[in-house]
Amino acid sequence: MIEFDPPKPILQQQYVLKTVAENMMRPVSRYFDEHEHEIPYDYIQFMHQAMRATGAGSLAPSEEKKEGEKEKRPPIGYQMLAHMLEMLAWGDVGMYLVTPGGGLGAAAVQAAGTPEQRQKFLARFAGEKPTFAAMCMTEPHAGSDTAAIRTTAVLDPQTNEWVINGQKIFVTAGDKSLTPREEFGKGFIVVWATIDPSAGRAGMRAFVVEMGTPGVKVVKLEKKMGIRVSDTAAIVLDNVRVPFDHILGSPTVEKETEKGFKRAMLTFDSTRPLVAATGVGVARAALEFLKEKLAENGIQIRYGLPRQKLTNIEREVIDMEIMLRSAWLMVIKAVWMADNRMPNALASSMSKVKAGDVVTRITQRAVELLGPLGYSREYLLEKWFRDAKITDIYEGTGQINRLIVARQILGYTGAELR
Amino acid sequence: MYAFEPSEEQKMLIDAINRYAANDLRAAAREAEESGELPPKLIEKGWELGVLQASIPEAYGGFGERSAVTGVLAAEEMAWGDLAGAMAVFTPHLFALPILLTGSEAQKQEYLPAIVEGEWRPYTAAMIEPFFDFDPQALRTTAEERDGGYVLNGIKIWVPFAAQAPAMIVYASLNGQTQGFIVPAGTAGLEISSEREKLMGLNALPFYRLTLKDVFIPKTQRLGEEAGHAMEPILAAQWVAQAAMAVGVARAAFEYSRDYAKEREAFGVKIAQKQAIAFMLAEMATEIEAIRLLNWEAAWKMDTGKEDAWQQAYLAAVGAMDMVMMVTDRAVQILGGHGYIRDHPVELWMRNGRGFAMFTGLMMV
Repeated sequence: MIEFDPPKPILQQQYVLKTVAENMMRPVSRYFDEHEHEIPYDYIQFMHQAMRATGAGSLAPSEEKKEGEKEKRPPIGYQMLAHMLEMLAWGDVGMYLVTPGGGLGAAAVQAAGTPEQRQKFLARFAGEKPTFAAMCMTEPHAGSDTAAIRTTAVLDPQTNEWVINGQKIFVTAGDKSLTPREEFGKGFIVVWATIDPSAGRAGMRAFVVEMGTPGVKVVKLEKKMGIRVSDTAAIVLDNVRVPFDHILGSPTVEKETEKGFKRAMLTFDSTRPLVAATGVGVARAALEFLKEKLAENGIQIRYGLPRQKLTNIEREVIDMEIMLRSAWLMVIKAVWMADNRMPNALASSMSKVKAGDVVTRITQRAVELLGPLGYSREYLLEKWFRDAKITDIYEGTGQINRLIVARQILGYTGAELR
Repeated sequence: MYAFEPSEEQKMLIDAINRYAANDLRAAAREAEESGELPPKLIEKGWELGVLQASIPEAYGGFGERSAVTGVLAAEEMAWGDLAGAMAVFTPHLFALPILLTGSEAQKQEYLPAIVEGEWRPYTAAMIEPFFDFDPQALRTTAEERDGGYVLNGIKIWVPFAAQAPAMIVYASLNGQTQGFIVPAGTAGLEISSEREKLMGLNALPFYRLTLKDVFIPKTQRLGEEAGHAMEPILAAQWVAQAAMAVGVARAAFEYSRDYAKEREAFGVKIAQKQAIAFMLAEMATEIEAIRLLNWEAAWKMDTGKEDAWQQAYLAAVGAMDMVMMVTDRAVQILGGHGYIRDHPVELWMRNGRGFAMFTGLMMV
């Protein structure tokens, strides 16, 4: 079947989330944009309590089915997440990024951890205090080229501990995950390191490093163009020792596979359409604002006319609507595939390519079309323009995702299409 | 629920059309384009796939219910084979579907069984007019109420198969509203050009120009009879067909240039291994998928009676115009000089690609 009705639980969820976006996010958007590195405790507490009340302990969808759930409904976990993220990003994408619950760090444990590890590391997100986790991949000299990371993890046979050394940058929520605060629970970071520098990708593994572990510290909080309410940390790991079972995946280098690296990339297959969903949320906010301002000025968009008869503004708005809706449908298709356990690397990367393009173009055009109103900090539009750009950069730049799409459609390996 | 997989029945239809599109339409496309003739047997074979027949209820001689979703799936697959061939096979849609959607009971009884129970016959429609700002909702062809009927005056261009058509729907402005009128062949005052129209593309299709001079139409021949009809369902059915066929043409161009890029070598590697080419292909595939999904949703909204269906159908058609131009242009670019030579089909698809912006009214599902 081909159908486009959002499932009922999603519609109910959306109603609540819209209220959150309107009342908890939008009114403080400007304040936190102008007070970088302050923490929006009210929003964090509210979201934590709300998620506890609804049984949602983590942003990562749970694979374990509760007993007694006999009714077989099609799975919609990722679809719900995509809708949720779109709506929260419509409220404020920076603030969405400080939603407690584990984010990408928890997603990595979910994707690459054993059942014991999932229990050990993920249960905390349902605890009393809001708790954060973060993913540490990028290093000062290695961004998109993730196989080039230099952080090392060496097993100390005396103590059976891993000793980790290196530097990580651009860690979203790294500070909230690592720096102890009375308001927050004990978080962790997931650090990607090599257990054998000569093995390339085959040697790459992820390690869980808990808050309070000696030798790990946040050395810098970045000042950014947008999403300023979300902390972006630089982290140094200096002889950090973690227990043996903090490694996600196999502890030995397996020659025939690149499992360690491929696992990391699998995480991205499921999270890319979710990042794309946040881009769509920002784009929708900008387009709605643009249409509202135009309507206030007596400009109605006439649909159904040949382009030759449209005004430039009508043409722009219509093009934006085409971009926005089609990007959203690509997101929905990608997460629908994830929910139904279909391989979705292509759909996933395509949705990210599209959403990255669409959100940057819509916000850029909207600022221009509204002239001085668009550029003024009196309105949030200029902030959305700044917030939007990151969508085309993090979780795989538009170019990296084009590369993935191209390899998929051409049937090429990484070696065949570099 | 969300769902993105055609039903079993739809898959079977797509498979059948795909075989016809590949083995018959595609194989005949270049020769038809150069000679200006589509073999009648070719059209009849496509007609026998039964896309229109399956859209008409049994009460009117068909064997199904109209589904816009099935329609856009079928249209994409047909147009992937060859646009001119697909439009020829679907020409009777231009007459039958407006009657099905908005005609009176008597009109449905009179025309639908005759069309769907027989062999392919070019029942057609006249929509487009020779003005740069042609707009289906603001026509220059007029209909005036007179002597217990309507009198039509004006010029229509690009009317497919007009010279062979048993009857056609002519769209005209009645008090500022576009309305359809059923005009049988040989009606007094209806003049069909002796020469065929000459266009940049679609040379295989016989298009004619109509001149209407005081053509008298009885009230029973107005679409929907005296009460008339709404234009939205007709326009929506045209727009989703246009978008679906654009997706089909774009997909053909994308696949052809992708395969070429994997064969052609330059500087010691396949050109597809160069990011300059690979990224073009990635963007082509992405934009095709974007418009396909937008159009699927529009069609689904039509089938489920959503109020904004016609609006999204319009968005899909407008988006498709840009998408198909971009994709077909890049397909020629990827083949380089070879793309410009008529030995390859990409130049034909690029000419088709440009046409979609003015094809409203020439296709319908």
